[in-house]
Amino acid sequence: MTELTFIAQLGIYAMMFVVLAAAVAAVTLRNLFHCALALAGVLIGVAGMYLAMHAEFLAMVQILIYVGAVMTLIIFAIMLTQRLGAGDVAQNNKQSLFGAVAAAGFVVTLGGILWKTPWPVKEEAVTSSFSASDLGESLMTTYVLPFEIIAIVLFAVLIGAIVVARKDAPKGAEQ
Amino acid sequence: MVTDSAYLIPLFPLLAFVINIFFGKKVGKRSAGISIAASAVSFAISLPLVMKVASTGAVYQNAFDWLALDGYTVRMGYLLDPLSATILFMVTLVGTLIQIYSMGYMHDDPRFSRFFAYVSLFMFAMLTLVISNNYMLFFMSWEIMGLCSYLLIGFWFEKNSAANASKKAFLTTRVGDIGLFLGILTLFVAIGTLNFDGLGDAVKSQAQNALLPWAMVLIFCGAIGKSGQFPLHVWLPDAMEGPTPVSALIHAATMVAAGVYLVARSFPLLEACPQAMTVVATVGTITAFMAAFIALTATDIKKVLAYSTVSQLGYMVTALGLGGLAAGTFHLTTHAFFKALLFMGAGSVIHGTGTQDIRELGGLFGKMKSTAWTFLIASLAIAGVPPLSGFWSKDEILLTAYRSESSLIYWILILTSFMTAFYMFRLVFLTFFGKPRNPKIHAHESPLSMTLPLWVLAVGAIVMGLPGSPFMHHWYQNFIHGFHHQGHHEVNIGVMISSVIVGLGGISLAFILYILKPLLAETLTKVFRPLHTASLNKLWFDEFYVACLIRPFHWLGRIMFGFDQKVVDGAVNGTGRGTMFTSVIHDLFDKYVVDGLVNFTGYFTQFWSAVIRRIQTGFVQNYMLIMFVSVLIFMYLELR
Amino acid sequence: MIIPLEHILMFSTLLFAIGVYGTLVRRNLIGILISIELILNAVNVNLVAFSRTTALSPDTGQIFTFFVIALAAAAAAVGLAIVLALYRTSRTIFTD
Repeated sequence: MTELTFIAQLGIYAMMFVVLAAAVAAVTLRNLFHCALALAGVLIGVAGMYLAMHAEFLAMVQILIYVGAVMTLIIFAIMLTQRLGAGDVAQNNKQSLFGAVAAAGFVVTLGGILWKTPWPVKEEAVTSSFSASDLGESLMTTYVLPFEIIAIVLFAVLIGAIVVARKDAPKGAEQ
Repeated sequence: MVTDSAYLIPLFPLLAFVINIFFGKKVGKRSAGISIAASAVSFAISLPLVMKVASTGAVYQNAFDWLALDGYTVRMGYLLDPLSATILFMVTLVGTLIQIYSMGYMHDDPRFSRFFAYVSLFMFAMLTLVISNNYMLFFMSWEIMGLCSYLLIGFWFEKNSAANASKKAFLTTRVGDIGLFLGILTLFVAIGTLNFDGLGDAVKSQAQNALLPWAMVLIFCGAIGKSGQFPLHVWLPDAMEGPTPVSALIHAATMVAAGVYLVARSFPLLEACPQAMTVVATVGTITAFMAAFIALTATDIKKVLAYSTVSQLGYMVTALGLGGLAAGTFHLTTHAFFKALLFMGAGSVIHGTGTQDIRELGGLFGKMKSTAWTFLIASLAIAGVPPLSGFWSKDEILLTAYRSESSLIYWILILTSFMTAFYMFRLVFLTFFGKPRNPKIHAHESPLSMTLPLWVLAVGAIVMGLPGSPFMHHWYQNFIHGFHHQGHHEVNIGVMISSVIVGLGGISLAFILYILKPLLAETLTKVFRPLHTASLNKLWFDEFYVACLIRPFHWLGRIMFGFDQKVVDGAVNGTGRGTMFTSVIHDLFDKYVVDGLVNFTGYFTQFWSAVIRRIQTGFVQNYMLIMFVSVLIFMYLELR
Repeated sequence: MIIPLEHILMFSTLLFAIGVYGTLVRRNLIGILISIELILNAVNVNLVAFSRTTALSPDTGQIFTFFVIALAAAAAAVGLAIVLALYRTSRTIFTD
């Protein structure tokens, strides 16, 4: 088992590395389309992470929604707004250095804190399992209020998006 | 006290002064009457008192406390003793007569009443001085007399010469007055009292005090000034600028006599200080001789008489200096009469002919009979021709000199008598005899108001000598010493004969030179050219004083003025410049600092706003960055 | 857990930092949206990691994650709608 575990660890670290690389690509590539694809890669990678953390249902949901729906949406938008020929315009604005410094500082600071904090890892949490039916049950009982609210939010978003993106939408033009 | 009417004696002239000075315009010509009346009343009041003293020789006095000091009370009052009685009599009589005379003399003067006001003030001062019983009161009236002299000499102040003369008189006597005051103070320090009464006893008790001679000499300085002794005699001849009655009253009979009176009053003190006596006698002798010398060549009637006065005062002072109290005061009294007469006669001549220069006169005997006769009588008196008064008093003085230790003084005085007789009769012969030298002068006799006093005084000039003569057994000499020593008064025939010879000799010489052989005068002038020039130039006293005293003072004054001007102007200019300078600096400062501050404020605001403006970029991502960084910082700070 | 908690947390921190960098730096609107998605995802990973190791009940974190996903999707939808509208008027999707 230990070899298996070792291989698993290795695979997971590789996956983490790939995800980070894809994320870097997503924020730095010139061609927007390539960025979108990199984002897709990131999302899939994150789903993989969920799997590693024994959150199977979540991984599936991630792929379904993020990779399936959101990515499609983004690519649609890119297609609609991008003139594919124009790929040599500078991608980064004047803040690139500051931003990099800020991000690095953030990593250093929070990383340092995270590393040093003694997290109270509980064994029963690690070993517990969580199935889809448990999820559905808790969603309908304990978290029913947020569930309903999110339904409303989604509804509002739906209508709002349509309204905003309408061709002759007076709301969009007025702004 | 029965003699307290003495207080009234000076009061009437004072009243006359007040009336005349304040209501002069209203009373007009009656001011003369008021003044004369006051004077006459004073005479009337004093006469019984004089008689009283004369009969008994006693001393009467009364005083009231005037100033209470620590340890000494100054008491003011009167002292009637033989000395003050004599002078009192003389002053009131001669003063009244002169005022009657001046009524006519000053008739046409626009400031008629003011003249009489001044004269009354003077009478008040003189009478107070005569009857005063202490040095303080004496000094006060002394000063008032100085003032009156100034006012009266400069009466015709429109004339520059008169104004200058009065100033000169005042200043010169002032020098003497300082000495007098210092003398009084020194005396007070020495003997602790200022009263005349008891002076002798006080002095004897302090006989060894070294201050006493100083006191006496300083007091004598006052006499030098007031009585025109050498070296302060220079003011007397110039004082002739005043009206002739003034000359008669003040500078012949009374004020100048006050100096002699001072020395007489201080006689006990004088007797106690042999050194002081030497000083007094020396000064007197020099004065007598010197003045007579200058009078030899004077050409102005009044100047001759002025120098004569100085000379005669010198006689009196010499007598006192040699210890002859009786001789000195006797001569004082007789001199008052004939000198006043001489001056009034001169005034009459001036009034009648309009000139004072004897070189222009001549042959007035026929035209001005009263004046001429009285003048002649007075001249005989002053020359010392018996039995006129002048002979007796001068003889007394010569006797005192003869008997003193110094025979030099006697011979000088004899020589001076010769000169006196000579210059007086030179004056008489040139003025009244011979042919008139100026045909334009039409002489006329003076009115009665002027000639009557002349005759009264002439009588006095004749008989006043008798009380001191052997004919009355030297009553005066005994009287003056309070009838204390009734001894025989020695008579020295030799001295008498010599003084008569000398007097007649002078008259004869004058007769020869000016009547018989006028050319001889000119020859003598050439022969004695240096002496003549010295005499003519008054021994250059005035020039000497001007060079040594007046010029340095003027020079000093000019320097002070220049310095003052420079300093004052300099200060003012300096202040101006300083103000301008500081204002320029202030302006610059104002410009740069204030404006600079304002500008700076604006610039400052602009600068910082330019800086801060950059925060609002409008760029959302900038804001996000800043937010993120802030959160980062907070996180770091909190979670460290 | 196979991987220690700290590593996963480190990973999610890095992902988050990259996402923040992207939102600050990208000139492209859609690029910014992509970066935002990255951020949200990092957060999700964090949540799940914690729920798996330290939470009292394992479902808390996952439920939370579901909602985050839902909201992220919604935000993306609306954002892209705005981008489209914006593109129509200004013909550019560059923020500066």
